[in-house]
Amino acid sequence: MTVDVPVNGTSRREEIEPRMLLVHFLREQIGLTGTHIGCQTGQCGACTVLIDGEAVKSCMVLAAQAEGHEVTTIEGLAPAGTLHPVQQAFWEEHGAQCGYCTPAMVLSTVALLADDPDPDEHAIRHALDGNICRCTGYHNIVLSVRAAAQKVAAGAVPEPFLQR
Amino acid sequence: MNPSPFTYHRAGSVGEAIDLLREHEDAGVKLIAGGHSLLPVMKLRLAEPAHLIDIGGIAGLAGISAGTDGLTIGALTTHRALETDPAVARHAPLLAEMAAKVGDRQVRARGTIGGTVAHADPTADYPAGLLALGAEMVVQGPDGERTIPVAEFFVGFLTTALSPDEVVTAVRVPALPSLTGTSYQKLANQASGYAVVGVAAVVTLDAAGACADIRIGVTGAGDHATRAAAAEDALRGQSLTDEVIKAATDRADEGIDLLDDIHASADYRRRMVRGLARRAVLAAVERAGAK
Repeated sequence: MTVDVPVNGTSRREEIEPRMLLVHFLREQIGLTGTHIGCQTGQCGACTVLIDGEAVKSCMVLAAQAEGHEVTTIEGLAPAGTLHPVQQAFWEEHGAQCGYCTPAMVLSTVALLADDPDPDEHAIRHALDGNICRCTGYHNIVLSVRAAAQKVAAGAVPEPFLQR
Repeated sequence: MNPSPFTYHRAGSVGEAIDLLREHEDAGVKLIAGGHSLLPVMKLRLAEPAHLIDIGGIAGLAGISAGTDGLTIGALTTHRALETDPAVARHAPLLAEMAAKVGDRQVRARGTIGGTVAHADPTADYPAGLLALGAEMVVQGPDGERTIPVAEFFVGFLTTALSPDEVVTAVRVPALPSLTGTSYQKLANQASGYAVVGVAAVVTLDAAGACADIRIGVTGAGDHATRAAAAEDALRGQSLTDEVIKAATDRADEGIDLLDDIHASADYRRRMVRGLARRAVLAAVERAGAK
């Protein structure tokens, strides 16, 4: 079947098998490997992307289901090479250890801050409950989210197509 | 971890979905909305439908409307919408409490109330609360619309009272009487987020503070969610002291053929049903009195 999925602001029209999962569409069909595969059972959250601004697990969505919906991957956060404020905050607060879960952590944080610009620790941990860090670096991840909230509050502006 | 091949259909209306269900019934067909119950079992090849009908884009099937008689929740309404909707928080806080405990944020963004009830996983959260609230399912089939009371809807392991050519279109939750409190208590599986056991209680007090009415729903314990009738009967009309609640909720597992599996033994589930029922009733009573 032919699907047309807008990814990072660009329409991606591809011929695929109907059973193709969104994560494979992103990684193998269009070569965006910043979206990672961890458990493939919908639990680890490493494959998190944004669909219409909401964080979702791309291993639990068919590419066909995403047709006509705006998909944002980690590559879409810094298209011109300048880090998104959430990425900058993770960099400054050492929110990454091995880095495998990091793209997903960053995208979940973008979705959280869109709804709740000033989350406390409980709200952060509730929102990131679906993102597993095998290095157990949660302490610095929470600090990174707080720092990101402060950056956004101070006027750091994400790329235009991320705004809901 | 890919599903078996299938033919993908996109339904533009409920009527079209019903026609497609009838057309492909013999070959094997499933509806997909958020896909968060179905895709996991398809990836494990526990379900291998030859045809998949995507109803996720049908207009008018998502959304929450509040009337004087209660809430009508469209089948495509996500857990995230139920968790955050102000009308749900006001009229049916139990639904919001349950929704917040479903999976995680990404799962709640995609999973739908219609999908989870139609899938009827024995460890899903909503069935307990929908039983306690006395909800009803609105379903549409070739002969039109009908409603199914929740008490008749969940009939067995992954099995509902739906006919193969029917679609859940909405869930109706009646308005709660005054002096009513609700609570959902859950022991979550750490990996999946599903309920090892979950218990919901809806308690209505009389003017003297005694139990005018109570409904307790239990999920995760048996092969489908059920009411804890013996515990309810032991509480209805009673003065709700800690001792009365403890004695009654120690009967919350009566009549349940307890699951015994890798996640928990039957004996452990028995203790959890009783303990969580006690906590749910205590919390519901406190909330009923606080209003």
